[in-house]
Amino acid sequence: MANLLEVQQVSKQFGEFVALNNVSIAVPKGSIFGLLGPNGAGKTTLIRIINQITLPDTGLVFLDGQPLQPHHIKDIGYLPEERGLYKSMKVGEQALYLAQLKGLSKQEARERLKYWFDKFEISHWWGKKIQELSKGMAQKVQFIVTVLHRPKLLIFDEPFSGFDPINANVIKDEILQLRDEGATVIFSTHRMESVEELCDHIALIHKSNKILEGNLVDIKKEYKSNTFEVGLLSDDQQKLQEIIGQKFNAKPANFKTIQDQLKLTIDLDKEISPNDLIHFLSDKGQIVRFNEIIPTVNEIFIKTITEND
Amino acid sequence: MTNLQLIIKREFIARVRNKTFIVMTFLSPLIIVGMIALITWLATLNNDEIKKIAYVDETGLFANDLRDTSQIRYVSYTDLGIEVAKDSVIAQKLYGLLYIPKKGSNKDLVNSVQFYAEESPNFSILSRIEKVIATKLTKQNYRSQGLDLSVIEAAHAEVDIQIENFSGEKTSKMANYIKMGFGGLAGYLLMMFIIIYGNMVMRSVIEEKTNRIIEIIISSVKPMQLMLGKILGTSFAGVLQFLIWVLLGGVFLIVANVVFGVTPQPTGIDPSIALDQAQGDIMADVAAFIAEVKKLPLVLLVISFFIYFIGGYFLYSSIYAAIGAAVDSETDSQQFMLPIIIPLMLGIYVGFFAVIENPHGTVSTVFSMIPLTSPIVMLMRIPFGVPWWQILVSILLLIGTIIFMVWLAGKIYRIGILMYGKKPTYKELFKWLKY
Repeated sequence: MANLLEVQQVSKQFGEFVALNNVSIAVPKGSIFGLLGPNGAGKTTLIRIINQITLPDTGLVFLDGQPLQPHHIKDIGYLPEERGLYKSMKVGEQALYLAQLKGLSKQEARERLKYWFDKFEISHWWGKKIQELSKGMAQKVQFIVTVLHRPKLLIFDEPFSGFDPINANVIKDEILQLRDEGATVIFSTHRMESVEELCDHIALIHKSNKILEGNLVDIKKEYKSNTFEVGLLSDDQQKLQEIIGQKFNAKPANFKTIQDQLKLTIDLDKEISPNDLIHFLSDKGQIVRFNEIIPTVNEIFIKTITEND
Repeated sequence: MTNLQLIIKREFIARVRNKTFIVMTFLSPLIIVGMIALITWLATLNNDEIKKIAYVDETGLFANDLRDTSQIRYVSYTDLGIEVAKDSVIAQKLYGLLYIPKKGSNKDLVNSVQFYAEESPNFSILSRIEKVIATKLTKQNYRSQGLDLSVIEAAHAEVDIQIENFSGEKTSKMANYIKMGFGGLAGYLLMMFIIIYGNMVMRSVIEEKTNRIIEIIISSVKPMQLMLGKILGTSFAGVLQFLIWVLLGGVFLIVANVVFGVTPQPTGIDPSIALDQAQGDIMADVAAFIAEVKKLPLVLLVISFFIYFIGGYFLYSSIYAAIGAAVDSETDSQQFMLPIIIPLMLGIYVGFFAVIENPHGTVSTVFSMIPLTSPIVMLMRIPFGVPWWQILVSILLLIGTIIFMVWLAGKIYRIGILMYGKKPTYKELFKWLKY
């Protein structure tokens, strides 16, 4: 799979402050790429460099194999975290204006806007001023404007903020559909559950450095510790725990169940397969739960950040 | 349409649709006309009042010379005697009482004439009375010295210096006033335009920041494009406003002509002059006036007006744009206003004092070269005739500075529009230049 976007050893300094230190990322074509990091890590600076809002001090950015050029602006749709619209301008005029700035002709822009406004059932907003709309309503207009020129690369910075759960879901489905239609998406957020749900690649930026990048599945494989959650029904739970504890590294666990059972998390050494564990457990009690613990993005995030502090 | 054109169009429409713009455009000429009408009316009101002045002339010499004018009526209280006359003047609330006592000689008399009044009397009335008495006494002195008055009158010479330049064109003193009027008006207009429209540019930048639309826009266009588009779009709105005013002025003059029979003046003249002249001996004055206006380097004046108008506006509005980008709200912008207001004020003051005193003196010449003041000062100098090379140097300097300033402002703008929350200092602005 080729990369749509490659950022190579990009550094950026603001006076004394280093915003990005030798950061490289590669965003595969057709992926949803989660750009993660704590507040002030440098995500926004990186996004602005990709959008050519800020120029890097050193390093290169390639879009579709070409070094970034002014005309590439039209290939990118960017929904910034700090976003708004002209308060006193009408929705329709504003959308047309922003679409034309992205290189669409007025006619084209009007047709596509009609499609999207119909899709979101907001056609009656066309003549309203932004100040008459709620925040969530304005966000919808911003989303439409971001995707209207059908860019190859979409960059969403906290796209769900300001949306109620129903509308957040509508937007999420739209993002997935755009991906299916061939767009590549960079997705920056602090909501790890949406990263979990949407992203197939992630990069983690911390204190101006990239500290983690890759396919989410691979990362999870790397971060999993061969730990299993086990639930066993037994008459004598204490004894059973002792027996298991002699052979394995087991700790009491806490997960929700409907039966009274022995709950353990068991760390397995690399050479021992889960089957060996099941085999060992099968005659000790009735196995009601056997579950490999796969680290969540949230756990990976916290673990990596604290390790690098 | 290119992005720059799109931005210019949007900015223009946003300015023109603004209610303040509409109100300003149509209301301010009305206010100006109203003010002029009010002042004229007040002035006539003041003049219409006839002042009654009583006099006690113990010498009996002046009764024939104190003639009534349109403003003053003299009443003789000589028979009453000075003490009774005083009471009587107070009781009748007359304007004042002139007392000419009997003295041994004219020498003593000149310093003993007195004027009693409740309020301090009008200066022009006093000097008129002084003149009447002085003329009478002078003539009397001549006579007592045995001089023939008709000989003296024949010998009296009045000098009226005729001004002419070396290429043989005659001018009059009135021409100088006209030049001052033209120059002053142009300079003042320019300053007002810069302040009003520069502020508009600044407010529009701040609006984009506070609305948080700025990052959406500059992911599509270069900050420099946005800034230039904003400055240009706003300037077109200003030109439109100006044209509407000229048009309204024209309509007003035609209407005034029909209704009041006021003679229309060449455009660009302060209407108050027009009103004043309409009252005087009109035809000769107007003809002389028009002749003088025609002698002005009108083509040069109009062309240079536009060049300096546009140049000055560009120079200052790029500074305004940078300030708007640096701050979060209009209140925060106050601390950066000084660098704009000081050169503008300096330009106006130099224009009104140095240029009018000596249009080609060192101060005037230097300030008409310094780009921050040159638009105003040079505009005020041009009616007096400025060597073409000076204008050229001044314009070139101005253009150079504009390019430099737009570049500088662009750098601050580029960084500033993405900065939220903190109020920057000059030091920080300077740092931004290096980012």
